[in-house]
Amino acid sequence: MIALSAAEWEVILLSVQVSLTAIGLCLPLAYLLAWLLARRFAGRLLLDAVVHLPLVLPPVVTGWLLLIMLGPQGFAGAWLKETFGITLVFRFAGAALAAAVMALPLMVRAIRISIENVDRRLVGAARTLGCGPWRAFATITLPLSLPGILAGAVLGFARSLGEFGATITFASSIPGETRTLPLAIYSGLQVPGMEGAVARLAVISVLLSLAALLASEVLIRRSGARNLHVL
Amino acid sequence: MSFDIDIRHRIGSTAIAATCRSHDRLIALSGPSGVGKTTVLNCIAGLQKPEQGRIVIAGLTLFDSDSGIDLAPEKRRCGYVFQDNRLFLHRRVGANLVFGEALHPPQDRWITRDAVIELLGLAHLLERWPANLSGGEMKRVAIGRALLSAPRFLLLDEPLASVDQTRREEILTVVQRIRDDLAIPIIYVSHEAAELARLTSTIITMEPPAR
Repeated sequence: MIALSAAEWEVILLSVQVSLTAIGLCLPLAYLLAWLLARRFAGRLLLDAVVHLPLVLPPVVTGWLLLIMLGPQGFAGAWLKETFGITLVFRFAGAALAAAVMALPLMVRAIRISIENVDRRLVGAARTLGCGPWRAFATITLPLSLPGILAGAVLGFARSLGEFGATITFASSIPGETRTLPLAIYSGLQVPGMEGAVARLAVISVLLSLAALLASEVLIRRSGARNLHVL
Repeated sequence: MSFDIDIRHRIGSTAIAATCRSHDRLIALSGPSGVGKTTVLNCIAGLQKPEQGRIVIAGLTLFDSDSGIDLAPEKRRCGYVFQDNRLFLHRRVGANLVFGEALHPPQDRWITRDAVIELLGLAHLLERWPANLSGGEMKRVAIGRALLSAPRFLLLDEPLASVDQTRREEILTVVQRIRDDLAIPIIYVSHEAAELARLTSTIITMEPPAR
């Protein structure tokens, strides 16, 4: 077993907290977007492209866009500060938001596939049996798309753990606040004599990501979904 | 009047039409494959909207394009037994059976779980998953689920089609018992003349449109 210092434990704990907060923030929005994108409507292609943007944009650009919008001088940032007294830049919440934005496309993709796999005819059957549209959604569509929700959450978690560019641009690298695993590894590399700490954190990163991927695959298999795989 | 149906619909360039006024408790809808029998049932159930027409069953207007009536499927109280059953694969047989029952107030229900289980011989299947049932068993569960949803009428879409020969008699007997004992209007779809002759003399034959 690798011996970790208190500071290293703090980094790991912070990373997990940031990632869990990110997927918590993201999941309802990701489900809504996935549900919308599984339908045909005018402007679907554009929405699809916008949702996927963080996947292909340089992360530093995503971080810069967040800074422009939600930074102290940004229109939304100023409004948040005035109305709720919330500041995101350099804060835990900012790191979680940056991770959430970067995780969103992956989560939407996984959930959307599972929603599209739900047999629409079953929803029709539920309607004839007396379900209104919302109840049919809650009793048929939602449980049958559960594998995708699980897969999306775990993928999003793994993506959030690895988030670097948008986070360092928007939330900076503040120990105990926004310095997650990748940021701690990067700052360790800037300082001579930190090779051991860097190696330990890198190994932890690999283990956490591997565990997340395996967990998602097991969860999905157990839920009985046949043609949905993360791996 | 049990049935007062006049449906005109169009899918692409194919015209679909069915008309029927009858006092009979069970009417049959017949015609070659692809003529639109299932579309007619979907229109009656509210899953598809006909372009024009009127659907009145047992005194309740479900659809009327002239007066703009179009009840949502869940308000039509239609026990629809789909050709492909459409059992909920994420629920056990027992949970499938009572799915619709819980959605209707007790005063609307007219048959109990026990009666349905007895009528269709489902007692030994309740704990099973729908994916592990034979064609005949699935069909019986689908019929049971429809009966328990407090329906005002039944739609049976080729109930013998996916059932093997030896089980057909069994399903047909069940349909006859529903017709005679339960006294609710039934629309029965099939293209087998012999099957229909046993059930009713009121047969609407849908013809493919002249080209």
